Amino acid sequence: MQYQSNIEPLFSKLGWLGLITFAVLTLIVVPWMYLFIPDGGAFHISSYTVTLIGKIMCYCIVAVAMNLIWGYAGILSLGQGLFFALGGYSFGMYLMRQIGQDGQYQSDLPDFMVFLDWKEYPLHWLGTDSFLWAIVLVVLVPGVLAFVFGYFAFRSRIKGVYFSIITQALTYAFMLLFFRNETGFGGNNGFTDFKRILGYSLTDPTMRAALFGLSAFFLLLVLVLSRVLIKSKFGRILTAIRDSESRLMFCGYDPIRFKLFIWTLSAIICGIAGALYVPQVGIINPSEMSPANSIEIAVWVAVGGRGTILGPVIGAAAVNGAKSFFTQAFPEYWLFFLGLLFILVTLCLPFGIVGLFSKLKNKFKKIES
Amino acid sequence: MLNNKRNALLFILSLLALAFPMAGAALDRTDISGLASEHVMERLKAIDKIARVGDSDALRLLKELQNSELLVTDTGQIVLENDDWNVIDAITLEMLDPQPDTYNTVIVNNRMRSQLESAVGVLQLLSDDREIRLTSAKSLRDNLSPSLLTFLNKALAQESDEEIGRILKESQSVILLDSPDEQERIDAVNYLTSSSERRVRELLVAKLEKNESGEFEEPSAEVRVAIEFAVTAIDRKLTFIDYFGRLFSGLSLGSILLLAAMGLAITYGLLGVINLAHGEMLMIGAYATYVTQQLFVNYLPNYFDLYVLAAIPMAFLSSAIIGVVLERSVIRWLYGRPLETLLATWGISLFLIQLVRQIFGAQNVEVSNPTWLSGGVEVWNIVMPLNRIAIIVFAALVLIGIWLLISQTRLGLFIRSVTQNRSMAACVGVNTAKVDMLAFGLGSGIAGLAGVALSQVGNVGPDLGQAYIIDSFMVVVLGGVGQLAGTVYAALGLGVFSKFIEPGVGAVLTKIIILVFIIAVIQKRPQGLFALKGRSVEG
Repeated sequence: MQYQSNIEPLFSKLGWLGLITFAVLTLIVVPWMYLFIPDGGAFHISSYTVTLIGKIMCYCIVAVAMNLIWGYAGILSLGQGLFFALGGYSFGMYLMRQIGQDGQYQSDLPDFMVFLDWKEYPLHWLGTDSFLWAIVLVVLVPGVLAFVFGYFAFRSRIKGVYFSIITQALTYAFMLLFFRNETGFGGNNGFTDFKRILGYSLTDPTMRAALFGLSAFFLLLVLVLSRVLIKSKFGRILTAIRDSESRLMFCGYDPIRFKLFIWTLSAIICGIAGALYVPQVGIINPSEMSPANSIEIAVWVAVGGRGTILGPVIGAAAVNGAKSFFTQAFPEYWLFFLGLLFILVTLCLPFGIVGLFSKLKNKFKKIES
Repeated sequence: MLNNKRNALLFILSLLALAFPMAGAALDRTDISGLASEHVMERLKAIDKIARVGDSDALRLLKELQNSELLVTDTGQIVLENDDWNVIDAITLEMLDPQPDTYNTVIVNNRMRSQLESAVGVLQLLSDDREIRLTSAKSLRDNLSPSLLTFLNKALAQESDEEIGRILKESQSVILLDSPDEQERIDAVNYLTSSSERRVRELLVAKLEKNESGEFEEPSAEVRVAIEFAVTAIDRKLTFIDYFGRLFSGLSLGSILLLAAMGLAITYGLLGVINLAHGEMLMIGAYATYVTQQLFVNYLPNYFDLYVLAAIPMAFLSSAIIGVVLERSVIRWLYGRPLETLLATWGISLFLIQLVRQIFGAQNVEVSNPTWLSGGVEVWNIVMPLNRIAIIVFAALVLIGIWLLISQTRLGLFIRSVTQNRSMAACVGVNTAKVDMLAFGLGSGIAGLAGVALSQVGNVGPDLGQAYIIDSFMVVVLGGVGQLAGTVYAALGLGVFSKFIEPGVGAVLTKIIILVFIIAVIQKRPQGLFALKGRSVEG
């Protein structure tokens, strides 16, 4: 990392300004408007909006992670949805333990286990009542899975569409596994009815604001982190892998280690996003793992512009905003819209919205000069 | 006392066995008058009386009683209503004159119902219709008891059909296992050696065990030796049958995978793009079958059985045309960008799913088998459904067709040349763009054919393609591209492999094991098991 470029700053002045504005807005202004402006006030923000934006910010984190692996390293992973859900499930286990005896059956065990007539927690639930262990799991589970899977996949030089297909199959297999009751993750219904974190109620506005702020903080952190990575020599190597892996190999680099690192890192970020997402949305079930979700993540990045720093955030926000709108206004046309979006973006906007803007800017400059 | 089915059966049979010589004596009115009684016991007795008579009239009467068709008049006469709503006598079938004003249904309670069921079952063993006797013999086999022996001996003496005779003989032998006569027991065991029933095996094994007082259930050592021999023989047969069954369902699954993956392998081999909308081509094929079926129902109802044959070209053409349109409008702009193609084709698949939902509704549509594809062939106690057999045959025919097309025709030559070396093929004058288009149409068309096959074995709904897409990709990844053989081996191999491990570990674990297996294979052979050997390096 000592080669980190000193000529170019990490962000442009405008970039820093944008980041700081975003930080001020999400960490101070929105929580303040939500908590301290009374309901009915002109600038009050409802719980619904706060949860919606919090949710979208989690998606943005996933999109940034997807951009790291696809936009910069050129590896289209269709498993990011799986890592997201695994992070969610890991934290969900802790949330289930926090329900305590407040469930339907007033048992020490979660309702679904009582329903299945289980007498004690299965082995993999060991220690999940500890918040710290839950945090460790959120990082460890997606990380280890990605590392092991990636090691075998990259070692045998699976790349391109093959890698996409294999990760999709992995996601699919896990979804089937989590749909089973025996695996101990609540089957079809997954985890829900969460009550509290660390003893504080989840429905409490302060808790909502805290989760919102935490999501925003992580989004900023991930953005800065990915920028640091990309600007470093490591980032250059990633780009080289994307553009010509064979040539990089002939130059004496071993692409496997770089790919493995970025792929595992991306999986961990997705896991963290999942852990932030679950308490805000209040439910996690196996349909989060459906292969379709993972492909949708790719499209967020494609819409925003892959290989750009802001693109994935813009893409995730735009697509999910549109989704919230469409599924309420014209539910039957959402799939048409999404399908056409996939096609149009890949056909007409190879660099997404960000690419479109820079193109327009260049044209504008030409006209001016 | 008679409160369960088995007891009722025993009761009836013991009576029946005694009364057997009498069978043939015609039914008369006093036999059935008890049915009019208010007392259940009287009605039960009447059923016995009818059963004792045991001729076809008796059987008819019992069945009518079962269906609550028997009526009783105010005077206690048992009558029926004929098709013109005239009241007729239940035995003579003559019209009553004058017609009674009021009558009630003969009440049948649960106890009578179970007794009726047994009585009808036994009487059917004497029916003239072979099918009825066969069903009855099979149901008797499931409810064996020693008291049936006399009856079985008699039924066996009358029986001329070989299959029914075998079932009866087996039932008889099972009963004779408890015979006091040692020679009879040995004969019975020897006969049972040829059985292939798991139940018979359990019975025999039980005979080899010791009871509480430490004696063998089967006292004679000689008989025990015979039993051991019989158990081994049955085990061998059962294992064989089991493997045969798994092989068959594996081949059937493999054929479906093959049909689904063949088109995918061609387009991927040729264009290097993965078409995520391939599953929707299957779906379109299945819906084309549905539309053809509806057309036949409405316009050619007499030829309904032939609709599947007409659906084959329909499905091929509709999928192929949509495929060509997609290639021209979307996919050809994305050549050289396989990952973007993946996304764009996913978009196409979402679009097509929603389109079909709008046109046909989100519910599954009903596609029925023509009569020549319903039912099954029974081999060694395994029923092989005809539609599954047809799919295996169909997949083989399609495979031969594709092979001929690829290896014998000019288009096939072009496809092979472009697959192997696109620029070289273009240099010698092959119109690669046209080949791409036609090959894409061909691949989609084959998917349409797979859709016809799927419509005959599963539900047809908008999500049909999604269920098969990942599996067919696994086939392509495992088999490698560029050679039809790779796809064939991979599809049949995966099909049979998963059906062989599925009974042990369950369907979900099977999928995971297969995924792990494929990843392991790819470690050794990154381009799939049967990749073309060549020197080209990508990127």
